[in-house]
Parts: sequence; structure tokens; C-alpha cells
Amino acid sequence: MSIKDDKAHAVSDAAAGKKGGGTILLFFILGFAASMVLGWVVFPQLLYSTKSQPFDFNHALHNEEVGDCESCHFFRQDGTFSGVPSLAQCTDCHADVLGESQDEAVFVQQYVHPEREVPWRVYSRQPDCVFFSHAAHVIKAKMDCATCHGDIGTSTSLKPYQENRITGYSRDIWGQSIAGFKTHTYDRMKMDDCAQCHEQAVEAARQAEMMDPVTRHFRQEIAPMIYPLDRQAAVGSSVQTQRDACFVCHK
Amino acid sequence: MEMNARQHKFGMVIDLDKCTGCGACMVACMAENNVPFKVDETNKRDSITWMRVYKLTNGKPYPEADACFLPRPCMHCEGHAGHSPCVSVCPATATDYSSETGVVSQIYTRCFGCRYCMAACPYHARYFNWWDPVWPDGMEKYLSPNVSPRMRGVVEKCSFCYHRYQLAREKAIYEERDEVAEEEYQTACTQACPAGAIVFGDLNNPDHQVARIVQPDAHHHFTGHSKIAFRLLEQLGTNPKVYYLTEREWVRKMCDQYNFGPQAAGH
Repeated sequence: MSIKDDKAHAVSDAAAGKKGGGTILLFFILGFAASMVLGWVVFPQLLYSTKSQPFDFNHALHNEEVGDCESCHFFRQDGTFSGVPSLAQCTDCHADVLGESQDEAVFVQQYVHPEREVPWRVYSRQPDCVFFSHAAHVIKAKMDCATCHGDIGTSTSLKPYQENRITGYSRDIWGQSIAGFKTHTYDRMKMDDCAQCHEQAVEAARQAEMMDPVTRHFRQEIAPMIYPLDRQAAVGSSVQTQRDACFVCHK
Repeated sequence: MEMNARQHKFGMVIDLDKCTGCGACMVACMAENNVPFKVDETNKRDSITWMRVYKLTNGKPYPEADACFLPRPCMHCEGHAGHSPCVSVCPATATDYSSETGVVSQIYTRCFGCRYCMAACPYHARYFNWWDPVWPDGMEKYLSPNVSPRMRGVVEKCSFCYHRYQLAREKAIYEERDEVAEEEYQTACTQACPAGAIVFGDLNNPDHQVARIVQPDAHHHFTGHSKIAFRLLEQLGTNPKVYYLTEREWVRKMCDQYNFGPQAAGH
């Protein structure tokens, strides 16, 4: 009798164990899914606060009027880049309301007449430790604005500014994809993105230099003997990383 | 970045017989580079001075008594192939040697404050930020935007006013020139020195004044050709890019233990 009872218990225990295992698996899957949603969807929503610009701006319209980016975003005489135009530049044309848009009325009433600079939120603002030379990229390397800034020049309105609550920087620095994927060069503006392009440039220069064996032999063997003062061209100028030296982009 | 560009080696030569010890270089350096200071600066072990003027005395009674002032920036040691003492020990790649400019860089946001570099530096040229900088009211507006301020817990040091080179290069690019002229890139201490004791330029460029004075001997570990030129702690082999000049032998002996001319080839 007792043996039979034990057997019955064992059978029901096994059934219960199987059932329990299923429940645990279900909870695991649900928990996993929930934490994934939390991490990939909810957290990014919480991390960024959406802020609007003082008023909307139509890049496409202005581009049609003035013709190119450099008319407003110009280089100063000393080679530095002016960046976002100051109020004085805008008032060259906008001393009074020109069009019929509500945003321009706001601009003229709240900023032009009281002579207040517009507190634009800059999507590409970088930390203090970054040195970026527009001249080196635009004039020397002949890069297009759109390579880093995207199609902002043809946009008809400003997108909302998503500010990282922790760092205070724009979401455009990390990129829209929280996983860090990017399809265009202008999707992100992190150090990795600068480094990626710089590494390609260093590699291209190295390849070009090593093209023919005579040059290679001269540069590696003969030149250091004749000109001991001149350093042999390294892969990159950094001794630590063999890439571009840190002070190329830092200050 | 520029593989075919000339390899610069920015360096300095300081004439100790011209230096009066006025300290203008120290002031200019602090103002130029947003160097933080405290209300009480009496404890020199935790204060920050990228450029520091030391006073040397020969310890003799009058009339032989003599004093010499020795300004000490970062030496930007080249070591062997860019392996300067601090760069070799940095576990964070926060400090780096550039073969393009010969400048030892320090990236404050990369530094985590282990201070190995401070222990490795034989010149005490590196300083640790024990506190976040606190500026007197209103002074924040006078900080230079071209130099990033440092935070608590990182090491900082003289950069040869590298931001000035960055800006000078930007201007050169804008004007479609390949090279930055000698007078376009000068450090703040060089320009501030009323006695003209500090000369700064490219040691690789024979047209630059600094190269003409020093004439670094590439076959003898870049020691200066002149008999009155020497470098601090030459025998350590740090291969610094700051040279000193003095006619006074006791100063040379004190800084160097013995004169390391091109004749004394052992290193």
C-alpha cells in the first residue's frame, strides 16, 4: 500500500516538476522580453528629453536665397569657423519681417528688436576637450558639409533637439540607433566616427607611399641614413597607438 | 594624418644667463592655459604650475655668491623613438608622443589619475588635480576657450601651448599654405619673457632660431653643439627637447652633474 502511495507521489511530483519547469521557462522568457523592451525602448525614451528650438528654421528656403552653406556658415580671416550665425548676420536681411511665417514673426519680435542672440541648440556640439578644425576638413581635405552634418541643408524645418539627460549633449552625437549601428557617415558624431575616417586616411596614405619597391626601399633604408634628423614616416603620428596623435583632435 | 608633411620637432632653448627670475613666464602660462589655483598656494606639493622657475645658488659666501633662475616647462622628452618616460608608463593611453610635432600630449578626459607618469617624470613637470578648479566670481568668463579645463583626479602638464599650433595651422590651411611660420607658433612663456631668454621653434628646421642656437647633433643623442648648451639630467637618456644655455659652469654641473657635450659620446 505504502509502496503504491509512494509511486503515486513520485508520478505526481514528476508531473508537478515538469509543469513548474514550464512556468519558470515562461517567466524567464517574459522577464527577458520585458528587460529587453525596457533596455532598448523605454530606457532610451527616458534618457533623452525632447526640447524644441527657439523657433523653426527653413534651411532649404535660405539655401535657395543665398546659394551655398558658406554664405552664412563662413570661415573667419584667421581660419576659424563661424559656426551658427550670430544675430548681426541674420539682421543683414531680417531687420524687419520679410515673409509671412509665424516663426519669422517670433524671430523679429523676440530677438531682432530686443537685439538678443538666438539661443540655438546645436545638434553637433562637442565636449570641451575636442578640437575640430573645419578648415582642415572642408578646405584641405575638401569634404562636403553633408558628410558629417547630413542633409540639414535641404531640410525645411528643424528636428526636435533630443538632449541626453545625463551628459547634456544631443542625441545626434550617439546616433538614433541606441545599439550604435549606422548606415550613413552622418548618423553619429562620436570619437569612433572621427577615428574611423582618420584611420582610413592614414591607411590610404601608407598604401600610396608603399606603392613601388624603390620608394619603399629608399624611405625605409636609405633616407634614415642620409637624414637622421628626419623621422621615418610612421603609420600614424602617435607613438602609443600608431594612429593619428591624440593632439590632432584634442586640446 | 599627413604622411608627407615635414616631421616637426618643436623645442625650446632657455638662456639662463638672461633669465632674471621675474616669473612672467609662469604668470603667462597660467593665464594662457586655464591653470587652476587655490586661495592658499603655500603648499607647493599640491599646487599646479606648468612652468616653474627654480632658484639655484652656488652656496658660496660673498663675493663668490651667485644665483641662477631656472624656468622648467615640460621637457617633451623624445626618449628613444618617442618613448618618453611618462608615455611609456601610461596605462590609459592618456599621454602620447607625436612623431609629427614631437609634442607629448595629455588628454585629460582619458586620464584616470593613477599618477604613474608623475612618478616616471624626472623633471616634476606633471601635476595632479587634487580638487576641481574653483575660479573666483566672474573669472570663468576670462578662461581661454582654446584650452579645455581639467577636472579633479587627472594629471596635467605643459603642452607647449599646442592649441596655438592648432590655430596657426588652421590659419595656414585657410590661406592655403603648407607650413606654419616660426613666428606664428610661439608659446605664451616665450612671448611673455621680457629678457628674451626663451626661444621656441622647430628643432628640425635649420632656419628656425632655436635650431640655429642648439644645432642638435643627431648622431649624439641630439645633444647641442654649443659648449654652453645642456639639457637637464642628460645622462638619464630622456632626450628632452628643452635646452638650456649658460656660461656658468657651476650651473651646468648642478643641472647635469657633468657637461654632456658631443665629445662625451657615451649615453
